Amino acid sequence: MTPVAAAATAATQTHGFLSPTGVEIAFLLVGLVTFGAAIVTVTTKQLVHAALWLVAALGGLAVEYLLLTAEFIAWVQVLIYVGSVVVLLLFGLMLTRAPIGHSPDADSGNRWAALTVAVAAAAALVWVVVDAFRTTWVDLDGAPQGTTAVTGSILFQHWVLPFEALSVLLLAALVGAIVLSRRTARTRDANTRAQDTNTKAREGNR
Amino acid sequence: MHLAYPAVLSSLLFCTGLYGVLARRNAILVLMSVELMLNAVNLNLVAFDVWLSKAARDTLHSGQALTLFTIAIAAAEIGIGLAIVLAVYRGRGTSDIDKLRDTAESPDDGGPDGSAPDGSAPDAGAEAVTDEKAEATA
Repeated sequence: MTPVAAAATAATQTHGFLSPTGVEIAFLLVGLVTFGAAIVTVTTKQLVHAALWLVAALGGLAVEYLLLTAEFIAWVQVLIYVGSVVVLLLFGLMLTRAPIGHSPDADSGNRWAALTVAVAAAAALVWVVVDAFRTTWVDLDGAPQGTTAVTGSILFQHWVLPFEALSVLLLAALVGAIVLSRRTARTRDANTRAQDTNTKAREGNR
Repeated sequence: MHLAYPAVLSSLLFCTGLYGVLARRNAILVLMSVELMLNAVNLNLVAFDVWLSKAARDTLHSGQALTLFTIAIAAAEIGIGLAIVLAVYRGRGTSDIDKLRDTAESPDDGGPDGSAPDGSAPDAGAEAVTDEKAEATA
């Protein structure tokens, strides 16, 4: 790890402590937007709005990848997360008949315990991370590290076997999702009955 | 760029997702929070990959490769997870995770939830069992 240590000391000499560059300011602003969108995603009472704020959070993360010069991953993030995962989540909300408007029971009763756990974990993690990487700078100058050419060459030189295994896993997940969501006669029966009770319960609520 | 910026942002996003997983009631919102946690890990992987590829002259770019693998696995996970949630919704009429208490032991009798042994439909005496669940399993 001597090159790391040498680079760290060199970085401390060339960078002043906490002297923000333009990239850092942009990263900070986009990071604030991303974090705010994530907070709204986990706290909003409207289920569809949660999915839409998730788009903002994931899009902000794509911009962060671009700022970290990982362009291929940024576009993969936009394509897969913003393009398909959020659409899948919206379809899931629609198919489970999630209420469109304000739903006051979106949070369960243990939200204060959850808040305690999350704040404690955040404090511990931020403290450890800041303390560990106080004198570490990422060198973003020079040739970008995450161009599509670099990613393609490493993916098909060093990571071919995991890549192929991953395609088999995706196929298995596809087949599994189809098998899980296929309707048999019994589940269809239970389904109509569940819908009946659901509409009954909704009418009872009114 | 200071490495602390992406690292701190990723830990904050992870803890936001942690709060969502613990506090949300709807199963699909829990899945959204899981996606937030996975994305926090991805940001960490990318930032450390960019750092190490210059600082340690790492030509393997394992961080970027692992990020792509994580994204693919997250896509598979969200597909399977939504299929499970939809199956549960079809069977139970609800996707609220704190109403799915079949394997929970009720605090009153200490026995299995529903107090009806092996497979017979839980009757009205089971206090934790909601109406629609009893209908769905009958």
